[in-house]
Amino acid sequence: MARIIVVTSGKGGVGKTTTSAAIAMGLAKKGHKTAVIDFDVGLRNLDLIMGCERRVVYDFVNVINGEASLNQALIRDKHCDLLYVLPASQTRDKDALTQEGVGKILDDLSKDFKYIVCDSPAGIEKGAHLAMYFADDAFVITNPEVSSVRDSDRMLGILSSKSRRAEQNLEPIKEYLVLTRYSPERVRLGDMLSVDDVQDILSLHLLGVIPESKSVLSASNSGIPVILDEKSDAGQAYEDIVARYLGEERPHRFIDEKKGLFGKLFGGK
Amino acid sequence: MSTTVTKNPSSPAILEFKSSTFSVPVLVLSGSDVDLIQEQLERKISLAPEFFKNSPVVFDLQLLNKQGLCLDVATLVDILIKFKLLPIGIRGGTSGQVEIANSLHIPVYSIHNNLSQTEPFQQHNKIQTLPEQTGATLNTLINHPVRSGQRIYSAGDLTVAAQVSAGAEILAEGNIHVYGALRGRALAGVQGDINARIFCFDLQADLISIAGNYKISEDLDDNVRNKPVQIYLRENSLIIKDLV
Repeated sequence: MARIIVVTSGKGGVGKTTTSAAIAMGLAKKGHKTAVIDFDVGLRNLDLIMGCERRVVYDFVNVINGEASLNQALIRDKHCDLLYVLPASQTRDKDALTQEGVGKILDDLSKDFKYIVCDSPAGIEKGAHLAMYFADDAFVITNPEVSSVRDSDRMLGILSSKSRRAEQNLEPIKEYLVLTRYSPERVRLGDMLSVDDVQDILSLHLLGVIPESKSVLSASNSGIPVILDEKSDAGQAYEDIVARYLGEERPHRFIDEKKGLFGKLFGGK
Repeated sequence: MSTTVTKNPSSPAILEFKSSTFSVPVLVLSGSDVDLIQEQLERKISLAPEFFKNSPVVFDLQLLNKQGLCLDVATLVDILIKFKLLPIGIRGGTSGQVEIANSLHIPVYSIHNNLSQTEPFQQHNKIQTLPEQTGATLNTLINHPVRSGQRIYSAGDLTVAAQVSAGAEILAEGNIHVYGALRGRALAGVQGDINARIFCFDLQADLISIAGNYKISEDLDDNVRNKPVQIYLRENSLIIKDLV
C-alpha cells in the first residue's frame, strides 16, 4: 500500500507546487517509486515545475472519465526513473473531479507506488477537499506571515474533521509543518514571523524550514525541481525534509542568519 | 420473460442505504411532574424558539427511572408535539415505556452513549434542580487543538486540553476551561447562566462572553493578556482576574 501525502496550505502562492515537486523527486531519489498528482484542475502548473509540460497527452480528468488509462496519462520523469507525474487538465474545472473517481485512481496507484504526492490547489473548496480527503500524511505549507498562518490553521481544522480518516474514525492524518520563504534577516528586523511564532500559533511538528532563495525561482522557470540543485540552500532544505519525513534525525538549518567566515570561525550559535 | 418494465432486473438502482450521523438534542428528564415539565420546557424553548421549532428530539428517561419516578410516554409525546418538537426516539426507558414507544412508532435507542465529543446542540434539561446532581454535570472534553473555522458546543461544561486558535469558536452552556492559549472566541453560559465562568491558561481571545455579556479583543487591557485568568460576571460586567 502506498502512503498518500497531501501538500496543502489554504492560501495560494506559498509554495505548494514547488514543495510537491521537490519532495516527490526527493522520495524517488531515495529509491521509492513515487507518483505526484496535480489536483489544480484548470490552473495546471505542476508539469511546468517538473519540466514535462511538452509531454502531456492525457490528464487526470481523462483518467477519471475513463478516456485514458492511468499508464497512458502518467509521465515518467526525465531525471528519475522512479518518479511519475499525473498532470491536471488545463481546459476543465474542479467540478470534473469526483470523490469516487479520485478514490479509484489513488487505489490503482497504491498497488504500484510507494508514495503518492497530491499537490492541492489553494482554497478550501472541492479541489482542495478532494486532494486531502484520502491522505495519510499532510504537509502544511506556511509562509511566515499572519494570513498564511491563519489559513493553514483553518486547513488543519478541515484535515482533522473532513478527511476520510476523520469520517471513518481511523487514526488521524499525520500533520507536518513546512515553513517556506523564510528569511532570518527579515525576522530579525521584525517584519516576518519567526519559526517559534508560527509554531506557537499552529502547535505542529516542524518538518523543515525552506529559506527564501533565488534558486527556487530559477528552478521553477527551468522546470527542474529545486531539490536537484544540490548547491542551493533551498535544495538542501528540501533534501533534509525528505530525510526527516523518512525517519532520519537531522538538525534544523537555515533558521539563523548566515554568518561570514569570521562568524563561522568564532560564532557560537 | 418479464412482463412489466418496472420489474426489469437490469434497470439502474434508484435507492441505496447509506450510513449517516446526525446530531439531535436529547431531552433528559429528572422529574415526572407533568405541569413542571410543561412550564420548564416552555421557558427553555422561549430562549431559542427558532432553534427548537420542528426540531427532532430524543427523550432520555434514565435519570427519571433511576429515582423510581414514572412517566407516561404517551403524555410526554403529546407535550413535546404541543411544543412543536418532533420526538424521534426514547432512551433509558423501562420495558413498559419502551412498549408504549413502540406502539407510537418511536424508535428506541440504547443508553450506551457513543456521541462524539463535538456533538453540537445537545440539550441537557435539568428540569428538577437536584443538589446532588451537580457533580454529574455534562462535560465535554476536547483533546486536540480547536482550529480556525471550527466550532464546538457543549451542553454543559467544556474543557479544551489544547489551544483554541484565532477564528475558532467554543460555546458552552456551563463553564469553559482552556488549558492552552485561548485565541478564538469563547462564549460561556450561552443559555443564560450568569454564574458560568471562563478559565484559560493564556488569554489572547478574539472575544469572550458570559451569558451574552461580551468583550472583544480590543477591549481587553494589556495587563490581563497572555496569562492565566478567570473571567466571570458581576453586575452585568465581565471581570477578568488573574488565576495565580
